[in-house]
Amino acid sequence: MRMITAADLEEIALGAAVLGTGGGGDPYIGKLLAIEAIRRHGPVRLLDVDALDDDDLIVPTAMMGAPSVMVEKIPRGDEIIHAFQTMEHFLGRKITATMSIEAGGLNSTTPFSLAAALGLPLVDADGMGRAFPEIPMVTLGIDGISASPFTLADEKGNTLVINTSDNHWTERFARTASIEMGCSAMLACFPMTGRQLKQSAVPGTISLCQRIGRAIREAHQRKHNPIDAVLGVTGGYRLFRGKIADIQRRTVRGFTRGDALITGGEGYAEQECQIQFQNEYLVARTATDVLASSPDLITILDAETGEPITTEALRYGFRVDVLGIPCDRRWRTPRGLELVGPQYFGYDFAYVPLEDRVAARRGQ
Amino acid sequence: MRIGIDVGGTNTDAVLMQGNHVLAKIKTPTTPDVMTGIVTALRFLIEREPAALDRMSAVMIGTTHFTNAIIERRRLQPTAVVRVALPATAALPPMVDWPTDLCAALGDHRFLVRGGHEYDGRPLAEVQADEIREVAREIMRRGIRSVAISAVFSTVNSAAEQQAAELIREVLPDAAISLSHEIGRMGLLERENAAILNACLQDLAATTIGAFRGALVEVGIRAPLYITQNDGTLMSAEYAASYPVLTFSSGPTNSMRGAAFLSGLKDAMVVDIGGTTTDVGALIQGFPREASVAVRVGGVRTNFRMPDVLSIGLGGGSIVRAKPLAIGPQSVGYELLQQALSFGGEVLTATDIAVAAGYFDLPTMDGARSKLAALNRKLVAAAVERIHVMTEDAIDRMKVVADDLPVVLVGGGSVLIDRPLKGVSQTIKPEHFEAANAVGAAIGQISGEVDRIFSLDTLSREAALAQAKAEAISRAVAAGAYANSVQIVDVEDVPLAYLPSNATRIRVKAAGDLAIVREGVSSCE
Repeated sequence: MRMITAADLEEIALGAAVLGTGGGGDPYIGKLLAIEAIRRHGPVRLLDVDALDDDDLIVPTAMMGAPSVMVEKIPRGDEIIHAFQTMEHFLGRKITATMSIEAGGLNSTTPFSLAAALGLPLVDADGMGRAFPEIPMVTLGIDGISASPFTLADEKGNTLVINTSDNHWTERFARTASIEMGCSAMLACFPMTGRQLKQSAVPGTISLCQRIGRAIREAHQRKHNPIDAVLGVTGGYRLFRGKIADIQRRTVRGFTRGDALITGGEGYAEQECQIQFQNEYLVARTATDVLASSPDLITILDAETGEPITTEALRYGFRVDVLGIPCDRRWRTPRGLELVGPQYFGYDFAYVPLEDRVAARRGQ
Repeated sequence: MRIGIDVGGTNTDAVLMQGNHVLAKIKTPTTPDVMTGIVTALRFLIEREPAALDRMSAVMIGTTHFTNAIIERRRLQPTAVVRVALPATAALPPMVDWPTDLCAALGDHRFLVRGGHEYDGRPLAEVQADEIREVAREIMRRGIRSVAISAVFSTVNSAAEQQAAELIREVLPDAAISLSHEIGRMGLLERENAAILNACLQDLAATTIGAFRGALVEVGIRAPLYITQNDGTLMSAEYAASYPVLTFSSGPTNSMRGAAFLSGLKDAMVVDIGGTTTDVGALIQGFPREASVAVRVGGVRTNFRMPDVLSIGLGGGSIVRAKPLAIGPQSVGYELLQQALSFGGEVLTATDIAVAAGYFDLPTMDGARSKLAALNRKLVAAAVERIHVMTEDAIDRMKVVADDLPVVLVGGGSVLIDRPLKGVSQTIKPEHFEAANAVGAAIGQISGEVDRIFSLDTLSREAALAQAKAEAISRAVAAGAYANSVQIVDVEDVPLAYLPSNATRIRVKAAGDLAIVREGVSSCE
């Protein structure tokens, strides 16, 4: 167990944006909310997964809605507490701790404001090890943990409890309700025991985020290469390096889909890399090869500063490094690939683990 | 005839123009009181062209005075912030992410009250008149005279901010009130920040604009005074006194607009090389491309329109070190004429490299000549190469298409560049390049804007756009634009989803040349 301070959160938010694979919105507001809550209420206790008892009750908390609404209608602050307490009341049991549902954007830091305000511990884990756009896309779902009961709360004092037959229904009802609530709401979901969490969540995510964020920061201070620092901490691979030469975006059923073309720089001369995204970066490929695909993490960093670049911020002319980071092993199971594999997102090739793709290219 | 003036932190540049011709120009040091430097510049121009005094149609001033006041935390006044947003937003009060010294300069006068709207225009909560009147009385008790008002989604519906302003005026009829929706865009904190910065500059704006007016009176100019905005258009001196924040970044904008005018190019990259920095931007249809991300001013995040400019630490005064080779970012700045080798000083600067490379000649003293001659030729060649590569790299970063583009070089430091640049189709160093910023001020246009929600139940989207464009054009003409020169320069169309009545928010901006200047042109030419 250790205490998370406002300074730690700067590093955590930076690292989470690396794992966010371009999605989850601008982490600025999420980070400010958490820092402001810690400033008011004090630091947050971070619990190791191993420190949980099997029958502890853990409930992840998060924000749902449009990140572009969140930057305008900032939370009142206690919505997340209402969502959490509604869950506790409905279950009729005291909840031991909360946790992040995903790494990246707003939601890696959102639960910290709840934990600070209630003096509640936060588990060093998450439900994805990266970011994905929908409620069912969590490792917890692979093992059959239900998203419901699921609670939603807005700043006007409205709270909802949603009970559904599966996680796709939760997504449908919660999405509709959050739109009525003004396109931004706080939620509590996936109530689980300590035993379930140990089996199905991605452990150590918050610490990993912080190690990544710190590595980037220290690389700056020591004038080292921040990209190498990120590779060292994550066990990832450099897939490509170059300059963004073209970007196309289109909106399909509420999701921003698009392609980015990168022309090769140092070490990749005369080559091109195409990145396909839908909220998150999903596929990186050359003319002949798939370099990496979901559920493995594809992240784009500014080649000079190591700052992660979101899909919205991507622009012509950026000098970037494209990194591939192996995903949590649960995503590579048949059930996991059914939820988030390349075919789920409409691509016509089968998933091959990142490490195998890298080894195959080196063997050529 | 008209005069364009750019009041920079170091120099005040001024040009006298007739039609498309620069009749006279001057560079003079900016003085602490601002007015003296402007008077010096005006006197010089009038002496060169005495007839100008009676035939002057307008004076345009671009100034970095207000940006610098924020950066230096000087002459800022205590300011109250009223955010109309409860029950939302309490988690992050106003000024939450501000540098502490700037907070201290403005004081802690932050108020949250009920009201505001949802993303689709539905009310979030009703504005409570009594609550706002009580806040106004508290502001009065604290002796504060400037108030910034923000409201959730005021960009979609400004009623909450306007209602709050009326209620505050009932109690404080003389208060200066800055409304966030008139200044910024989507993003409550950034828009509110811009409104607060505007509010804390009200006294300084009154004094500064007063000094500008005083300078005109001093030399006997009776023509109207305009101030340039950061989008390259003009505002009346009176309007500028209420919206000083709109001058932020007008310096780079003026240089780029001046570059477009002097080169005759409307789509090009502009490289403005000064004493300490090089600003690189892109011209699109004669206007600077706007920044799409939040820009920090004096440590405060804002999101109002700003030219998208990349600044690198390369200028005429950049200090050159030999081993390892390094150019800038340190600069001798305004002391170039005392410290640079070419002028008899002891510091090797980028200007000296350009002189040693034979790019241009200076009437240097003998001692300086021998120092320059003693420079290692390899060092000079390597430094020349580095200067060009730094510039090429900055241009490449700011391009939004892969094609080679023309580049316009302006600013006093453009003498550093003398060979073809990579990724560039042609390099143009227009006549009067060193006064491009003042020319940019002199050619400033007048704009008219429409920003409203249109219901598409009875109107097609195309008809709504056409109506908005026609209104924007007639507003520009009403504000003083020459009708035949007015063009639509910006269109934004944001559909508001989930509203029972199919609605869209349309923002259109039209801009044209000042009519009084145009008439002056036709009668003289």
